[in-house]
Amino acid sequence: MKNSYNIVIIGGGPAGLAAAVSAFDAGERDILILEREEKTGGILNQCIHNGFGLTRFKESLAGPEYAGRFIEQVEARGIEVMTSTTVLSLTEDKKITAINQTEGVFTIRAKAVILAMGCRERSRGALNVAGTRPAGIYSAGTAQKYINIKGYMPGKNVVILGSGDIGLIMARRMTLEGAKVHAVCEIMPYSSGLKRNIVQCLDDFGIPLYLNHTITKIEGKDRVTGVVVSEVDANKRPIRGTEMHFDCDTVLFSVGLIPENELTKGALVPLSPRTKGAIVYQNRETLKDGIFACGNVLQVHDLVDFVSEESELAGRSAVEYLKKTDQTRDVVDVLNGKNIGYVLPQKIDKNLSGNIKLFFRVTNTFKNCTITAKCGDEVLLSRKKKIAVPGEMETLLLTEDKVKNLTGEVVVSLEVE
Amino acid sequence: MFDVIVIGGGVIGGTLLRELTKYKLRVCMTEKENDVCMGQSKANSGIVHAGFDAPVGTLKARFNVEGNAMMSALCAELGVKYVNNGSLVVAFSEEEKNTLFALKERGEKNGVTGLEIIGREALKNLEPNISDNALCALNAPTGGIVCPYELTIASVGNAMDNGATLLTDFEVVKIEKTDGAYTVYSADGRKESAKTVVNCAGLGSGKIASLVGDTDITVCGRKGEYILLDRESGDFVSHTLFFTPTEKGKGILVSQTVDRNIILGPTADEVQDDVPYTTAEGLGDVLQKANGMCKNVPTYNTITSFAGIRAYSTRHDFVIEESKGNEGFFHCAGVESPGLTSAPAIAKYVVEELLSKRLTLVKNEAFNGKRTPDYFFKNMSVEEKNALIKKDPSYGKIVCRCEQITEGEIVRAIRENPPAKSVDAVKRRTRAGMGRCQGGFCQPSVASVIARELNIGLEEVTKSGKGSRLLVGRNK
Repeated sequence: MKNSYNIVIIGGGPAGLAAAVSAFDAGERDILILEREEKTGGILNQCIHNGFGLTRFKESLAGPEYAGRFIEQVEARGIEVMTSTTVLSLTEDKKITAINQTEGVFTIRAKAVILAMGCRERSRGALNVAGTRPAGIYSAGTAQKYINIKGYMPGKNVVILGSGDIGLIMARRMTLEGAKVHAVCEIMPYSSGLKRNIVQCLDDFGIPLYLNHTITKIEGKDRVTGVVVSEVDANKRPIRGTEMHFDCDTVLFSVGLIPENELTKGALVPLSPRTKGAIVYQNRETLKDGIFACGNVLQVHDLVDFVSEESELAGRSAVEYLKKTDQTRDVVDVLNGKNIGYVLPQKIDKNLSGNIKLFFRVTNTFKNCTITAKCGDEVLLSRKKKIAVPGEMETLLLTEDKVKNLTGEVVVSLEVE
Repeated sequence: MFDVIVIGGGVIGGTLLRELTKYKLRVCMTEKENDVCMGQSKANSGIVHAGFDAPVGTLKARFNVEGNAMMSALCAELGVKYVNNGSLVVAFSEEEKNTLFALKERGEKNGVTGLEIIGREALKNLEPNISDNALCALNAPTGGIVCPYELTIASVGNAMDNGATLLTDFEVVKIEKTDGAYTVYSADGRKESAKTVVNCAGLGSGKIASLVGDTDITVCGRKGEYILLDRESGDFVSHTLFFTPTEKGKGILVSQTVDRNIILGPTADEVQDDVPYTTAEGLGDVLQKANGMCKNVPTYNTITSFAGIRAYSTRHDFVIEESKGNEGFFHCAGVESPGLTSAPAIAKYVVEELLSKRLTLVKNEAFNGKRTPDYFFKNMSVEEKNALIKKDPSYGKIVCRCEQITEGEIVRAIRENPPAKSVDAVKRRTRAGMGRCQGGFCQPSVASVIARELNIGLEEVTKSGKGSRLLVGRNK
């Protein structure tokens, strides 16, 4: 280990691994990946179900298999990796303080940093779900870790709040391991999970999905004994009289992923309140020179295939940044307009070359709609969609010529016919 | 046979136990749960009250002011976090302003120093986020904040280091008096005897009193619900902000904690059972009131909510006295707010004024009141950290990411007095699991360390003892 590197990548999950390989292939050799677990692979290590890589590899891989493809590439290139190493802080001038058992607390300087720390799960506590605090309450990912990594079952009779992908996957996983999943509750009128997961995880196992429902109370002194579930109104308030009681010993919360940006904040990198990740240019550089972000720490993705794609972009961009002498920017803002929750990147630097894929999510389920990207009154792009849902990230491709001709901010919006 | 059995491992019992070890006495604490500090001592506001609330002439008033003066030194000895952040009682009307003057007067009669009424401008300077409807405030600079479970655990641990015995999972269900000694029986058949007994059983102190025939001591429960905000919002307020009290009580407060979270609460509801739980109404009430005290309360940064049941006696004052019918049996019953603040003063009083009449007190020259180590790893300097990691590499492994807690601290919590045997016990000692992800990331690792250290299977690890196993068995 040296005390400075050209590129330091914080996080050795799918984002960090792809960024490292891409940076290496772009010609950079002085790269270090810092990973807090004993192995790289990130959250994919506990995602033993398949469905990963359908877009990228045209195969349906299990999580560890997908991660393995990139781990092999990192090893083949001899890229330096420090595992069991936790980054404690990052400064805006790219000084990294980290800790492990052999080096103790140490600092490393980097010419460029790629943030790839992924995200954490929102907890029951953050939702203020009333009731007791017994054993048997888990976020879906923690339950997944117990089952798939530790080899233990968190419970036998389960109710799940949240029909996002992780909740759906865990409904199936618990059932396959012999538990009874009594219900999956979802506060929204739609599930944010991939359609194929609704079918393969709930329908195929006869697990009821209660849309417009939430858990209002958890019961049990030492261990969960039951939950109360209520229907909610348009303001997401429980409707009196609709209470259902389920006996259960386990409650799983799959209620949102939050990009893990504590280090980012410490480096004074501005974050977007919409994505909860850093504000970035199209090359994934944040508003602090030489600090890049990619993967779930930047925006919560649905498909790891797009995490890899985004991270490869960040890796290449970091190498470009190191070579660049002229750092002047010609900036155009990208804004989320009507019915759009967020657009990424939030800023376009016209001095950077290449096409730009705009990533965004809609705020609700819309049928028969048109999504447009406009600059002033000029329509840059337009796409009709039969259905657009918040749970599926959308993209629009802005070609280089359109980028060069931008005269003002770009607004992406959705209109229903 | 012991000289003293202390029934109840909360902050009252804990500080008392430690005070007792300053003398050459054989002392024992019985605690019905799997760990100390699992009752109201872990689920309260953590305020070191200045002492203007308690009616003049009450034990509450006396011990509050005495305890307040002792708290800083006690915490320094035990390595427990204490901050003298100051209390502000905020008035929103002329009527409330009059109450503030009455509180000031009462406080001064109780011996509180530094009290002054400050106007809107001065209040805004101290607390920029105060509501625009705030009129003025009573500033009580001797008010402070402490971590109540840290204090309890450290007191018991230091007492044990000085020779005290701790018996957990020991629920006293029968007490017999034979030949000038008391024998306490646990629900599982164990028994211990002592010359004297002190009832510090919190919510259960009425039940314990009735076991020796003192049926005139009635203890009831009042539940309080709290909301805790992320440390990221830790600068939202710096003082402890109180509403002007009514007959119903002090009302909710908005305060920083010593760990730099923001705490909102508590509500006050009479309850019959002893299992604390939050309610949608209660939590909604907390949020609504907090929004009345301050502008832009960062409730989006909520990380958890909880409830605690405070024991109060129908006398509406502390019941700290020898049992009328049972010489050598003492009660510390109904110790509700300002119980935490009063704890060190109550301990001193019980030993020096009450027990001294029944026991010979000979100073224990070997008493060492300093609890070591007294640090959180993250607060050490880089040099100190690296010296520690060289000695013990387990300090080089971060287990709780949100609070930066190392494996070394978790192992220490399991091994040192009072030993942690569950995930929540580790949490109270180390803060692992108290961060924004609430153990989502670290719980499996904490559980694995407990399993390894206690040489038990992972499926035997509990959240908080008894029937609270985390897991039901192996997967297929």
